[in-house]
Amino acid sequence: MSLHTIVLVKQVPDTSNISGDVMRPDGTVNRAKLPAIFNPEDKEALELALRLKDQHGGHITVLTMGPPNAANMLRECLYMGADRAILVSDRRFAAADTLATSYALYKAIQHIGEYDLIFGGRQAIDGDTAQVGPQTAEKLNIPQISYTLEIQDLDLKKRRITAKRAIKNGYEVLEAPLPVLLTVTKDAADPRPFDVKRLCTYKRAQSKFEVQALAEESHDLVWMEDLLEKLKAEELYIETWNIEDIDADVSMCGLAGSPTKVHKVENVVLSGSEFKEVPPTQEGMTEMIEELMQDHIFG
Amino acid sequence: MMSKNIKDTVWVFAEQTNGQLADVSLELMHKAGTLAEKMDSGVSAVLLGHKVGSLAKILYAHGADNVYLLDDEELEEFRSQPYANLITRLVEKKRPRVVLFGATHIGRDIAPRVASHTRSGLTADCTELKVETLTIKKIEHPDLLLQIRPAFGGNIVATIISPDVEIQMATVREGVMEMGEPDTTRKGKLIQVPVELDAVETAVRIIEKHQEDSAVNLKSAPIIVAGGYGADTPEKFNLIKELAKVLGAEVAGSRAAVDAGLIDVERQVGQTGTTVRPKLYIAIGISGAIQHRAGMQESQKIIAINSDPDAPIFSVAHYGICGKLEEVIPKLIAAYKSQLH
Repeated sequence: MSLHTIVLVKQVPDTSNISGDVMRPDGTVNRAKLPAIFNPEDKEALELALRLKDQHGGHITVLTMGPPNAANMLRECLYMGADRAILVSDRRFAAADTLATSYALYKAIQHIGEYDLIFGGRQAIDGDTAQVGPQTAEKLNIPQISYTLEIQDLDLKKRRITAKRAIKNGYEVLEAPLPVLLTVTKDAADPRPFDVKRLCTYKRAQSKFEVQALAEESHDLVWMEDLLEKLKAEELYIETWNIEDIDADVSMCGLAGSPTKVHKVENVVLSGSEFKEVPPTQEGMTEMIEELMQDHIFG
Repeated sequence: MMSKNIKDTVWVFAEQTNGQLADVSLELMHKAGTLAEKMDSGVSAVLLGHKVGSLAKILYAHGADNVYLLDDEELEEFRSQPYANLITRLVEKKRPRVVLFGATHIGRDIAPRVASHTRSGLTADCTELKVETLTIKKIEHPDLLLQIRPAFGGNIVATIISPDVEIQMATVREGVMEMGEPDTTRKGKLIQVPVELDAVETAVRIIEKHQEDSAVNLKSAPIIVAGGYGADTPEKFNLIKELAKVLGAEVAGSRAAVDAGLIDVERQVGQTGTTVRPKLYIAIGISGAIQHRAGMQESQKIIAINSDPDAPIFSVAHYGICGKLEEVIPKLIAAYKSQLH
């Protein structure tokens, strides 16, 4: 039986690169202006999956829930070596918390069908919650290995995987039956560069949204159907699923399906109490140290 | 000791490893006490493990009125499914309103599974928790857990609520809440919960485990010298280490320093690292995003050294030095040494 791995990926705003024009005058972040990137730990998860494919064969499906432009990240997955890319996208998924997100992923995974392994990053840099992986595993009723550092063995005959995971001040090695969901921590696997041949092929891969946008420009709907068929035949179609396609319950999706709601958001008020500016001179330093000594701060 | 009819609706997962309770669980016990008071509830601890019943008295001393004890050989070592499933069943049966977990490797592994199965609201890495009754669209929601955390890029603080579900969950990092004094005269009630697990739930096996005693103890260090992205070369970071050595301080770093590989993750201060309250915190080349400030702003004295006069770190500092760290640190070392003699 050939190995089928699903990798959960997310396109995220690059919160590590907040530059001037991203900040609004009131000091808040304009999320729309941040560049969208491939969530780093998800990319490492894909790399781990690709390494298993290099050893054991099989195929890899990448799955994301996100806005239409997440197709950009899915193309990157195809350049790296993924075999099939699925974009779950629907306005009704908007404002989903981790529970509603894991529900949508769970329904999409059920729609994909049989699988042996599911990989995902430990957490996404825009929320750092690390909740979607375990919540998806719970909904699928499969075990999980979180904080995965390394895959030590995969025995397809016995259908067991052995993986090393981080624990507090150390690590442990777990053996789990397939199927299992693994969340991958930073530095587990340095992602490979794009394969040039694959890049030439898959840069033409398109989602339904992208085909629709082309068709709207050309005002030719018949042509759109033809183009979709052509992409599918050439295996260049980024499968694009909405709520109905994955048979999800609308009330469990998006804001409606999210138990957590943002009640209020406050700009950070900085408490500037008893601040003293110290000149960067020897005298300035000496005076400050003297004061701290008087306050019994040292020893 | 709580009276017989008091509610049992605020729970804390009492995490233990090798018979040792996690500090964060005890810290949460005290926070839970404050929340429970507002809800006319007692506090219950949920303790899983093997031969760990003796830990109950520590939990009573830190505020537990009840300890739910799930004691079984299968629970000797932590594993996701047995732990998450047993807690889930207990939560489903008793339906508490609030369940708190430490945001540890263990808490972050199981809390999402419990929340997923019980369809509860769950917020990660809260920096403050409160209970309030809120009226939203003319509907009164009593006893809402206000789950407060810095969000998105760190420029905002978000208050998250779960008004439409019964069970509200949150994880909190170690050190964020303060551990109060234990009261060893306090008594509580031990409630044994039968442990039933099937073969599927226990199918994951631990083959090997390696755990060291942490050499790093930022939380109890009286002086911490921390570097950030402004110390972006090993040479600059070595200056920070040298200052720490002279002062007898622990070295720490911001997340940017950890991400840049300048310092180990167990020395990270901030919302996703450790929260510290030393007597003196020296922040060097740290811009001071709120996630970092959340982890250090309660330090008794804060010195900020930064070349950017607009760095937000200055807003929480008691002493601000605007200058290049490679020029300021040697002067600081010289000033300290001269005071010693």
